[in-house]
Amino acid sequence: MSQADNAPPAPQTAAPTLEVVDIHKRFGGLEVLKGISLEARDGDVISIIGSSGSGKSTFLRCINFLETPDTGLVRIGGEEVRVRPGRGGKPGIASHKQLERLRTRVGMVFQSFNLWPHLTILENVMEAPVHVLGQNKAEVRDRAMALLDKVGIAAKRDHYPNHLSGGQQQRAAIARALCMEPQVILFDEPTSALDPELVVEVLGVIRKLADEGRTMLIVTHEMAFARDVSSQIMFLHEGRVEEQGPPSKLFKDPSSERLRQFLANHLH
Amino acid sequence: MNMETFFSVFPGLMEGAWLTVQLVGIAVLIGFAIALPVALLRVSENPLVRAGPYAYIFFFRGTPLLVQIFLVYYGLSQFEAVRDSFLWPVLREAYWCAIIAFSLNTAAYSAEILRGAIQAVPWGEVEAARAVGMSRALTYRRIILPRAFRICLPAYGNEVILMVKSSALASTITLLDLTGMARKIIAVNYQPVETFAAAGVIYLVMIFLFATFLRWLEKRLHANLSPPPGMPN
Repeated sequence: MSQADNAPPAPQTAAPTLEVVDIHKRFGGLEVLKGISLEARDGDVISIIGSSGSGKSTFLRCINFLETPDTGLVRIGGEEVRVRPGRGGKPGIASHKQLERLRTRVGMVFQSFNLWPHLTILENVMEAPVHVLGQNKAEVRDRAMALLDKVGIAAKRDHYPNHLSGGQQQRAAIARALCMEPQVILFDEPTSALDPELVVEVLGVIRKLADEGRTMLIVTHEMAFARDVSSQIMFLHEGRVEEQGPPSKLFKDPSSERLRQFLANHLH
Repeated sequence: MNMETFFSVFPGLMEGAWLTVQLVGIAVLIGFAIALPVALLRVSENPLVRAGPYAYIFFFRGTPLLVQIFLVYYGLSQFEAVRDSFLWPVLREAYWCAIIAFSLNTAAYSAEILRGAIQAVPWGEVEAARAVGMSRALTYRRIILPRAFRICLPAYGNEVILMVKSSALASTITLLDLTGMARKIIAVNYQPVETFAAAGVIYLVMIFLFATFLRWLEKRLHANLSPPPGMPN
């Protein structure tokens, strides 16, 4: 038995894999996020739930700066990106290079897949490691094939995205995110655009990733799934964290009246 | 119609057709090289950056090509600076004046076609590129432009076809392109119907060949964007 197997679990004082601090975001007169913070440690699976308009997707998109928050900072693997007021009071990011580096460490899976339709499935998966990270093409290819095999669409590798079902496209999109070997993967309602019978196959893949100990943040409406795979649940309401904790606590014994109502509507 | 005359003018007209192909081919290449940067500036978020390309497109779309040809051919020589410059040996040639006017004209239309295509690339695909850490330049090179070329191909092909026909205007500045050659032959044989009919047939064949190439290219590049055969839409 190796040394590592005997080692005690990492103490909670270890630096978090991902740290998001005090994100504020305003669209015009509407304040969508009113100061949200989050810490994810290695292997954490955090599900972000809440009704439409609670700000959960916006919050997720602020983590890799697809939306630029008005204030706040994101820290991952020693890389810190902070928003500063720029020209004309518009929020700005000091260094684009740094932002691009952060994004290579944060994978993203979109609701509508967003595969690149002019590239084959295999090319989609290989694109970023080869052209953004500059990795060796042959090595990336091996890794991409293994990932496509893992999500169960190896046979489709030379097809174009439009030739695949929604569930297969989403699994390809997950493989694309994984091929960057990110430290954290963000899922933005990954099954909301899918027919009910296709939801299962995508959730199956995400569950497999959770079992492997990957660090993931999932915005989802699938409550049963969130309860099963998450180590933490974050319930957002009107741009604030209304309640947060392990699923066993939140789903069985919510302290907030709003969460109780939300669950009554979503769990059956 | 005298069929003998109709067939006899073909060898002469083919010479003219070759000049037409040269004029259009070179103008389309130069025009595209100008159109690409103009389109990229045209989609800039900065209104000051957008203004230049906008004015350029406004002028070349808003005036007749014939006027543009005359301005280049007759207008440039008005300036002593032009006549004295090292470019004069080129600029005094009707051949290059036609190419300059055609290039600038087709570039303006092509830039607008390309701008529309760039803006038609679904935003989600651009976000996916940003989310994996692509820089703006890389996103354009790897995702936006390859997608935009496919989107604009039918409209761009149309522009090239229009250019082939507009090139007949080269004959107004002494060039013996297909139309110019037809007029020269008519001045000798006094058979305008037969001669122009033959010229028309050659234009048709040129455009047919180009359209066939375009269809092949579209099929090749678009195969991936349409469902596979047998799959319902």
